Formats: sequence, structure tokens, C-alpha cells
Amino acid sequence: MDTNNMHPVMKWVEYRLPVFSFLDHSLGTQYPTPKNLNYWWNFGSLAGLVLVIMIASGIVLAMHYTAHVDYAFDSVERIMRDVNYGWLIRYIHMNGGSMFFIVVYIHMFRGLYFGSYQAPRELLWMIGVFILLAMMATAFMGYVLPWGQMSFWGATVITNLFSAIPLVGDSIVTLLWGGFSVDNPTLNRFFSLHYLMPFVIVGLVVVHIWALHVHGSNNPTGIDVKSEQDTIGFHPYFTTKDLFGMGLFMMFFMFFVFYAPNFFGEPDNYIPANPLVTPAHIVPEWYFLPYYAILRAFTGDFLVYQVISLGGLLMDAKLAGVLAMFASILLLLFMPWLDGAKVRSCSFRPIMAMAFWIFVLDCLVLGYIGGKPAEGNFITIGQWATFYYFAHLLVIVPLVSRLERPRQLPDSINASVLKAAE
Amino acid sequence: MKMNMMKTSAAALAFVATVMVSGTSFAAGDTPRAPAQNWSFNKLFGSFEPAAAQRGFQVYKEVCSGCHSMSLLSYRHLSQLGFSEDEVKAIAASVEVTAGPNDEGEMFERPGIPADRFKAPFANVQAAAAANNGKAPPDLSLMTKARVGGADYVYGLLVGYEEAPSGVEVPEGGNYNKYFPGHVIAMGPPLSDESVEYTDGTKPTLSQHAKDVTTFMAWAAEPEMEARKRMGVKVLLFLLVLTGMLYAVKRKVWENLH
Ligand code: HEC
Ligand code: HEM
Repeated sequence: MDTNNMHPVMKWVEYRLPVFSFLDHSLGTQYPTPKNLNYWWNFGSLAGLVLVIMIASGIVLAMHYTAHVDYAFDSVERIMRDVNYGWLIRYIHMNGGSMFFIVVYIHMFRGLYFGSYQAPRELLWMIGVFILLAMMATAFMGYVLPWGQMSFWGATVITNLFSAIPLVGDSIVTLLWGGFSVDNPTLNRFFSLHYLMPFVIVGLVVVHIWALHVHGSNNPTGIDVKSEQDTIGFHPYFTTKDLFGMGLFMMFFMFFVFYAPNFFGEPDNYIPANPLVTPAHIVPEWYFLPYYAILRAFTGDFLVYQVISLGGLLMDAKLAGVLAMFASILLLLFMPWLDGAKVRSCSFRPIMAMAFWIFVLDCLVLGYIGGKPAEGNFITIGQWATFYYFAHLLVIVPLVSRLERPRQLPDSINASVLKAAE
Repeated sequence: MKMNMMKTSAAALAFVATVMVSGTSFAAGDTPRAPAQNWSFNKLFGSFEPAAAQRGFQVYKEVCSGCHSMSLLSYRHLSQLGFSEDEVKAIAASVEVTAGPNDEGEMFERPGIPADRFKAPFANVQAAAAANNGKAPPDLSLMTKARVGGADYVYGLLVGYEEAPSGVEVPEGGNYNKYFPGHVIAMGPPLSDESVEYTDGTKPTLSQHAKDVTTFMAWAAEPEMEARKRMGVKVLLFLLVLTGMLYAVKRKVWENLH
């Protein structure tokens, strides 16, 4: 960075701590970025924005919140009614959770479509999967804090899953609860961890971006950057593009905050927790529904269960469901190796592109089923969708990626841009 | 190819929207959904009709408050509905609340003040249940937010009492209601024509009472709603202008490329 033109104060700082050249190399003119990135590449910066908003609003909420089973529900309503703009802070945080998952799911599907997980970005992708897991833990514990009926019963159902683990399961559950049922100690430790986890996520995001900056962004063609002609400086091109994306996104986000603040929520969570009354349907937040569907697909007669448990010998259906649920996410860690293609982007792999969209649809079906009661056709559909989810990752991706002959790739990113402009 | 992807993703988005919308309407068994009413406060920029909410408070006070608490509300909140300061004081003073302890360590009774929470009819849940065939009447502060169907459901419930269809057995102490999940509710029909005498000349019909008290409950559940919607307009307009300007900047910057 040219320090001669700097303001003397900046120069003084730069000489002692080179923050300005650091910024210029991370987000500035000196960070070369493929010039053909489309708007799907906005979702990483949007995730960062939501993370900041969540932490800021969460810290203010924590100033007014009381983590005690007798006061938690009322303290949240106090925030809604008596704290100045408390309703605004709470609705931002509440809807921000949903926004975070919308943005990150799109971000991940973007990575899947354009093969961003392939070499040399395997670790970048894997850190992303860990971010998703950390987000899920954070969101789950956050949902327990208002101590409504769904908070309580969701916590009960989900923590109980761990009891399926052989030998140590019950001890783990007791440890999570801090006792023998979901109660005040549970609420207290969840509050403590809910405050901690976002900072773990910040740490993971720093490493995520560190890894990103080693080889830079992938791009819609999936081919490597070959010359300077292929790239433009992050600033001013992507700073302006990201800011525009943030404006659009904030409009979407704020619409829900101001005009449909309970759209993503469950009415039952406005009923104070009552351990003696079980709600008719216990459903998790929408972003957990696909995993919930996978969990519940494992009944004794589900063929996949019969096969993996050797006809029920190895484990019971509950344990199989829990394992499948975790596997559905952990398998993503292996995407870089499940996909054996030499070409990254699905734009040049039409069969894989089709498989990708069917997979997206399958995830939506799982989400739909997760929100329905486990009865009749819903069970059958959920089981087929679960079967397909794993079939996609374990069979379709490995086979199609190795057998499909990709289309002709452009010579360079620059060439593809010039051709598109014609 | 790019177009193709856009089309597919648009289709996917539409699908998500459909799933989300239908996903929020969990039907409870065979209980029908209460028909949608034309609430002024459910409109995008709508507000609570103050006269209706005031009448609704009267219905609550004279009928429902005998069984239901609204413990998240204080009398002072009523000024939001257009009650004057003196009216709020008078309403608060019409109840006796237990306060204390005083310097001698004794609890004592005094007239309510605006800062007091709405006085609950029963000392605790057990007492409430004991007086109502074993079913405690729930707190109504958040009722319209705490039920699928919201205000439509509450209104439907209040007007939905009818003869049980033949063959349906209603147990002792139960009542048949069209919209209550499972149909058998412990609350007897709380309202009928002329349950409450209105002072503003409004006709005191069952449906009028039910509409008014539901409006009051909707306000009680979301007292911030009007302020929220007003601020929302400003925030969204601000963001619209800002985003427009950011788009212009982005266009300008990218124009010089290639
Ligand atoms: C005589 C006592 C009594 C009065 C008066 C009364 N209720 Fe109730 N209410 C109950 C009881 C008991 C229940 C619980 C019913 C059950 O769960 O089966 C209840 C339940 C309710 C419910 C919840 C239904 C649900 O979905 O769980 C609403 C809403 C309600 N009452 C509204 C009102 C309104 C509005 C008024 C005044 C117009 C009123 N009640 C007057 C006793 C009463
Ligand atoms: C807290 C959540 C997250 C934040 C703040 C975040 C942030 C970012 C940012 C700023 C970028 C660069 C811009 C972009 O390419 O869109 C990026 C890239 C990337 N992220 Fe994330 N991310 C998050 C979660 C995830 C998750 C859950 C995954 C997937 C498992 C993931 C996978 C990736 C990949 C593969 C890239 C490189 C993509 C490419 O250049 O093609 N990220 N992330």
C-alpha cells in the first residue's frame, strides 16, 4: 500500500500496526476477486451482517432478561411492553434467527451448486459445516429462553434424544438438564451457553474467511483464476455490490420485524411453560424441520432402518433416527470427496444440476413433513424423502460426478464474461 | 443457461413460499377453523378501533374478569385506549388490592392505583381450577397471540357455542363449542345478547360483545402494534431510498468495467 499519500495520523498508525494495508488486502483494492461473481455470492456477507445484528440485539436483550423458570416468561413480556423499544429489539433478534438460517442455507446451496467445496476449498467448506452446527446449537438454546410451552417441550424432546446413545446416554441427558428433568438448572446453563456460542461462531467465521482468502472465491464457472484479467479489486466493486445486497436484504428482514413479527413463530410459545400439559403437536423452529423429519422417519418398519440395523439387531429405531439426523449434516463434511468431478460448477454438469435441484426440492419436502404430525401418508413421504436425501449424497453425487461428461469449459473467467456480454 | 437457473430458482422460491404458508396452518383434528373476520388491526397499516377496545375492556371487566386474569397489564396501560388519566385512576381505584407489608409487618388492603397490575380473580391456579370444574381459566393477556387463528379463533370461540350434534356425549361440566379443539370446553357460554350495557348507544348483541372483547384482547396482546406499524413505514421507506442509492452507486462503479 502506498503510504506516502496517507494522512499523517494514518501513516503513524500504519507504521506501528499495519491495519490499513491489512484491510486493503482483505476487503480492499488489493484483494483480487473473480469479476463474474453473481448475486448468489452476496449471501456470505449477508450472513456476517446477520451475525453482527444477532450479537448486538442479543446483548441488549440479556440486559433485561431473567434466566429463572419463574420469571423468564414474564421478563420477556416486560421487554415487549415496558422496556423502551424492547419489542423492536426482541423482534429483531427473534426474526434474525430465521433470517440467519435462510441466508446460510442459500449460502450453502450456492456452494453445492457451484462446487465451491472442491479442492482447494475443502477446509473452508468444512469450517462452514461446523458454523452451521454451532448455529443450530445456539438457536436451539435461544428458543428455550422465553420459557414458553414450545421452549419447554422442544427442549424436553430434543435433549431426550441423547438418551438413545447406548451406555452413556442417560448420563449425558442428566448432564444437559443439570438434574432429572428440564428445569431451572437447564434454563440457566442454556442461557450461559447461548451467550457464549455466538462468539465461538465469530471465531469460526474468522477462520472461515482466513481460509477463503488463501485461494479467494470460487465463481459461477468454477474455473480457476488464470490471470489478472479475470479479477477485479474487492473494493470498490464488491463492497458496493455487497452493500446493495444488504439494503435489499434489510428490507426483507425489516418487513417481517414490523409487519409479520410472529410469522416464523409458534403460537404455543406465548403460553407459559407448563410441565404438566403437553402441546398437541410439538414442532421445532422451521429451520430444524428437515432434520426432525429425518429423525421421525426411523420407525421399526422403515426399510432403511431394517438394513442399517441388520433387521433390528444392531440398534433400536430411536437410536437409528438420532444417528441419521446427525449424519445428515456430518455427511456434508465429506462432500469434497463424495463429489469426484474434475469440474466444479453445475453450470457445466447438466445431470448434476438436475440432481441438485431435486435435492433442494427433497430438503423442502423434508421440511414440510417435519411440520406435520407423524401419521398416515406423512410418514411414508417422510421416509422416501429421507431415503432420497442419503441416496443423493451417498450414491447419486459419487456416481454422477464420476460418470457425467461435463460441457466444454470457457478458456478463462474473462473469456466467459466477454462471451456473455456479446 | 443463466436464465434457466433463474427460472428454476424462482420456481423453488415459490415452492418454499407455498410450503411456509400451508405449513403454518396446522389443523387440530376435526375442529373447523374459525372463519376470518374483518379486523381493522389485522390490516397492514391498520390500528385498533379505540371505541371498540374501550367497550371490550368493559366486557372484560364486567364478565370475563370474574374468572380470567390479565396479569401482564397494568391499569396505566389503559390510557393507550383513550381513557383519560382520571378515568384510569377511577378504574384502578374500583378494586381493592393487597399491599404491604407495612411498618408493623402486616399486609393490608388499599384501593388500586394506575401502576398496579390488573387484579386477578383467584389467588392461584389451584384456586382457579377448584372454582371451575378442575380447569383453570387461562390468563388472557396474550390469548390472541397464543392460539392458532388468533383473533378469529377467539371470536369464533365466543360465538361458537351450540347444541352438541346427536351422538356426541358432552360430559358433566363441559360445553359444546364448534371451534374449541376437541369441542368440549369447561367454560360455559360467557356472553349472550345484552350481557353488558353499553353507554355509547352501540347495540349490545352477542357478536358485538365478542368483537369488542376480542379487539380489547388483541390490543392487550400487542400493545406495541400501532407504534410498530408506524415505525415500519419509516424504516422501510428509508431502506428503499438507501437501497436505491446503493444501487446507483453500484451501477456507477461497475459501469467503468471492461
Ligand atoms: C365462569 C368463569 C368464566 C368466565 C366468566 C369466562 N371464562 Fe373463559 N374460560 C373459563 C374456563 C374454565 C376456561 C378453560 C376452558 C378449558 O380449557 O376447557 C376458559 C377458557 C377461555 C379461553 C381459552 C380457550 C382455549 O383455546 O384454550 C378464552 C379465549 C376465554 N376463556 C375467553 C373468555 C372471555 C373473552 C370471557 C369474557 C367474555 C370469558 N372467557 C369468561 C372460564 C370462564
Ligand atoms: C455464520 C455463518 C457464516 C458466515 C458469516 C459466512 C461468511 C462467509 C463469507 C463472507 C464468505 C465470502 C462471500 C461468499 O462467497 O458468499 C463465505 C464464503 C464461503 N462460505 Fe461461508 N459463512 C457462514 C456459514 C457457512 C456455512 C454454514 C457454509 C457451508 C457449510 C459455508 C461455506 C462457505 C464456502 C464454501 C465459501 C466459499 C464460497 C466461494 O467462494 O465460492 N459458510 N462465507
